Amino acid sequence: MSNTDYPLELPEHDRPMVRFMNVSKSYGRLNVISHLDFDVAEGEMVTIIGPSGSGKTTVLRALMTLETINGGVIYVDGKPLTHMPRDGVLVPADERYQRKIRSSIGMCFQHFNLFPHMTAIQNCMEGPVQVLGLSRKEALERSEELLKMVGMIDKRDQHPSRLSGGQQQRVAIARALAMRPKVMLFDEVTSALDPEVIGEVTHVIRKLVAEHNLTMIMVTHQMGFARDISDRVCFFYGGSIEEQAPPQILFTSPQRDRTKQFLSAVKEAV
Amino acid sequence: MTFNWRWDFTWEILPQLLWATLNTLIAAGVGYAIALVGGLLLALAQRTKWPALTFVVRELIEFIRSTPLVLQIFFVFYVGPQFGIFLSPWVSGIFAIGLHYSAYLSEVYRAGLNSVAPGQWEVCRALNMSPRVTYVRIIIPQALAPAVPGLGNYLVGILKDTPMLSVIGVMELMHTANALGSENYRYLEPFTLVGLIFLLISLPTAGLVRMFERRLRLRLGL
Repeated sequence: MSNTDYPLELPEHDRPMVRFMNVSKSYGRLNVISHLDFDVAEGEMVTIIGPSGSGKTTVLRALMTLETINGGVIYVDGKPLTHMPRDGVLVPADERYQRKIRSSIGMCFQHFNLFPHMTAIQNCMEGPVQVLGLSRKEALERSEELLKMVGMIDKRDQHPSRLSGGQQQRVAIARALAMRPKVMLFDEVTSALDPEVIGEVTHVIRKLVAEHNLTMIMVTHQMGFARDISDRVCFFYGGSIEEQAPPQILFTSPQRDRTKQFLSAVKEAV
Repeated sequence: MTFNWRWDFTWEILPQLLWATLNTLIAAGVGYAIALVGGLLLALAQRTKWPALTFVVRELIEFIRSTPLVLQIFFVFYVGPQFGIFLSPWVSGIFAIGLHYSAYLSEVYRAGLNSVAPGQWEVCRALNMSPRVTYVRIIIPQALAPAVPGLGNYLVGILKDTPMLSVIGVMELMHTANALGSENYRYLEPFTLVGLIFLLISLPTAGLVRMFERRLRLRLGL
């Protein structure tokens, strides 16, 4: 497919929140994602599972523009993210264009990545003040509300070094939400946590699913959690989607051999 | 050979040496201020997306670090006029020493910038921060704390290098002591005092740098 085969904008009647269209990503000769087509509807909660090296994290990183893709186009809310229209065709997006589209995406990371030199509340306020141009008062109100939501308001003036992993991750979620994204990406947000604090983070995500109409894509190794909250589970293998279905179907009656093998291997590990 | 220390001469020259000390402190202070800013700019210039700029800056730093300070001072003062740049000994001396130390400080900054976790850059991008906000608000504050001890060492270094300015006639401490010595045919007292004065400035400076680092880390919550 050449760039002229991709629409400059997705049509009104076929406009998912996120669309990967024939997306490929490789490091040298290693294909991490190959010819991936992947849609996420508005308000949908999609979980990506799969063995390591299957490209699941790369999907999120490509969507956050932390990785540049080698082929295909990613659309967000109907508009191209990785490319921009110029003279009637799509060309690779420049930084300015990408910043505009990227503003509708937020991401939480495995290792939280809080700003160590700022307190919890400062971490949340930094983006709204510096990027969205909110006044300090507005940013403070918004941040306090979010810290309340994640149950971290009593630690608002603590630096990250004083917080446990679970607490740091909850602040990181509040920080990402303070930017009011339309799409939230969760990249193995519980993988670096001690088992006893995983619950406090999943609790926050459950609350988000229940109370907000956010579009969310989550990469996780916690199958029980994925089963509980996802609208759809995608099993990735070798850089593309091997099988996808609502969780009650995928976890109970997987169709493909690789899915069965993976799920039984995971079950044994528990 | 007898050890013959003359206290009357000591008291006579001390005020002049103290005045010269002020000059030395100004030269070191202004030179260091130039180096603090210049070093940061040289370090940041190596991180742009233009490889040509990185190359030029790297070569410039290598050039400055591999040639003697004295040569650079001479160059600015004596060769500058041939290109229409006429600077007083003071200005050319401070400029040369500031430039020289910029090259050294840029390496300290560079190490500090490299020590910031890659995840910090990624989260700045995820929060859609501009490169300016990313550097000024997030990266540079974190790079500073580990850089302070290195930066502080060069503060003492620049102080000890100010006598180099005497070669173009700047009346700093060394030059003044030398002049006093040759006027009175006595060098023991002036040079001993110079040594003591340098010692009295250098030692507390090192302590202050350590204190500043501790307070900075505390303030940044690191």
